Amino acid sequence: MLSLLPQFVVTGLLIGSVYALIAVSIVLVFKATRIFNFAVGELLALGGYFCFSFVVWWHFPLWLALLGALMMAVVTGFLVERLVLRPLLSQSLLTIIMATLALGVLLRGLMLMIWTGYDVAFPKNLLPGRTVLVGDVAMSHELLWAGAIAVTSFAALAFFFMKTNTGLRMRAVSEDHELSMACGVNITVVFAVTWVLAVILGTLAGFLMGYRLSLAPSYTPLLALKAFPAVIFGGLESITGALVGGLVVGLIEAVVGGLIDPNLGEISAYVLLLIVLFIRPEGLFGLKRIERI
Amino acid sequence: MWRPCGTFDDTYEKDVTIMRTAAQWAVTIAGLVLLGLLPFLLGGGLITTLNLIGVSVVSIMGLHILTGLTGQISLGHGAFMGVGAYAMMMLMNLTGFSFWLAMPLAVLTSGLVGLFFGLPSLRIKGFYLAMATLAAQFIIPWTIINVRPDLTGGTSTLTVDAPNLFGFAFSSQQRIFYLVMAFAVISVILARNLQRSKVGRAFVAIRDNDLAAEIMGVEIFRYKLLAFFICSLYSGLGGCLLAVWMGAVNVDSFLLHESIWYLGMIIVGGLGSVPGAVFGVVFIRFLEIVSQSIGPPIAGFFPDAIGAAVKSGISPFIFGLVILLFLAYEPRGLAHRWEIFKHFYRRWPFSH
Repeated sequence: MLSLLPQFVVTGLLIGSVYALIAVSIVLVFKATRIFNFAVGELLALGGYFCFSFVVWWHFPLWLALLGALMMAVVTGFLVERLVLRPLLSQSLLTIIMATLALGVLLRGLMLMIWTGYDVAFPKNLLPGRTVLVGDVAMSHELLWAGAIAVTSFAALAFFFMKTNTGLRMRAVSEDHELSMACGVNITVVFAVTWVLAVILGTLAGFLMGYRLSLAPSYTPLLALKAFPAVIFGGLESITGALVGGLVVGLIEAVVGGLIDPNLGEISAYVLLLIVLFIRPEGLFGLKRIERI
Repeated sequence: MWRPCGTFDDTYEKDVTIMRTAAQWAVTIAGLVLLGLLPFLLGGGLITTLNLIGVSVVSIMGLHILTGLTGQISLGHGAFMGVGAYAMMMLMNLTGFSFWLAMPLAVLTSGLVGLFFGLPSLRIKGFYLAMATLAAQFIIPWTIINVRPDLTGGTSTLTVDAPNLFGFAFSSQQRIFYLVMAFAVISVILARNLQRSKVGRAFVAIRDNDLAAEIMGVEIFRYKLLAFFICSLYSGLGGCLLAVWMGAVNVDSFLLHESIWYLGMIIVGGLGSVPGAVFGVVFIRFLEIVSQSIGPPIAGFFPDAIGAAVKSGISPFIFGLVILLFLAYEPRGLAHRWEIFKHFYRRWPFSH
């Protein structure tokens, strides 16, 4: 049994990279707008469905389909920010949580109406490559692609935040809304960019999840909820934390699921979440908040 | 509070009473009598819906206390209902307890489980607490399905016997109506009175500013745990009644989806108000029926495959839309509208 451990570790880390994508998407939005996006699962499934429609319904080549799905992600992100969340900025916590939950339910209804409740799957030969064997460890091509796409997106994000003006503005906004407005940052543009980025990451994750398993309005969003433990584990304010958290959640899920019980693997992420909340509520890389009246 | 003209509080008892005038008594009694006669006046389908509304009212009182009064967000309400329902089912089916013995024990079980998942509220709040309750929402159904499927039935549906009171079996929807409504009325009265007590004021103080409340001498942790406990008692009772209403338990009735709908009900109704919570339940349950009944005509415009999809998707779509509209345009909910109406009525014919 233990000889399978390297296999589970590698699989877990590769799946974890997809969770990390979702977790980073959540943290991005939270840092900029103080909104925790509970609708991330539905946004992700929506992205996966756009991809699916381009590939299967209209027979686009993959690169064009992905590009199209990302364009749709830009539109969706912009609409979500403008129509749903801008009116609710700086509202009470429950209002914001409920707004994103309601958005999730609405999107789920929309997906049920357009793509029906049945599972749909991408053709399995969509991405080139085959299962790679390193020693005893098998890595399926969809997981390798997932890891590669995730790493590329993280590199692009890091470049964006470190080297571009918009990235700098976004970092400023995440520090302090009013101060950055006083320094001439157009905060509404930053919010829009943040949401667009978040939905793009979600779409990538949705495509990877959908390609690995399948897409269904009832099932795919729940996969994304596993990114919540990742976010809490890393700390809500830290992108690095989200990355590490995603990998850890993937790892724990695969190792517990593989070595102990597949059913236990499914729930292990949430048990981890509870333990983290009990012991270190601000997460691994999060900031302790000092409150005053 | 605004009261009808000529009503003065000349004793302390009059100041704290809920029923202030003879007219209020008359309306209340007439309302209760009407409630008692409803099964004779209405058709079976509507009674089934009213029963579901009654069950939801019992359950929503818990969420009203936890989220509306104490400001602690719970995404695990559906799961706590499940604890109550499954505990009662197991006590009745496995140990042969009667409903009247199994139900209180199940309610207590649910309360204790809620207490456990409320423990993180010692250190965390806001998003983090929502996360902890979300974890409960996943862990509890998982436990029901996987740990002892021989006892809980796993994902399959297990039947629950109809409760029996002195030979009167609550076996049909018309009969269950009396059981459910009795519990609903009692729950509402208890919640309303809790809200006016010292405990209720402590809850509201924690909601409005927990640090300030602590400095004023409210033991935050104790009251937060108490709120979780009371909330889970109500949701456990709601779960038991739901099991009676369905005559069975199935884990599908207690998933995240349900928790979101319950949160939606108190949003639509208006946070922190008992009548609001009841309005919210009634509004959302009827919205559900309306959206299901407009589904087929709309689906008729589409080819079969798409039509079926539209039918299944329209209910969540409308629910999400309504919640978003309420949040944006009437964040104080139906309770606020009700207050406006009452003010208008009491001051009529003067506009202000």
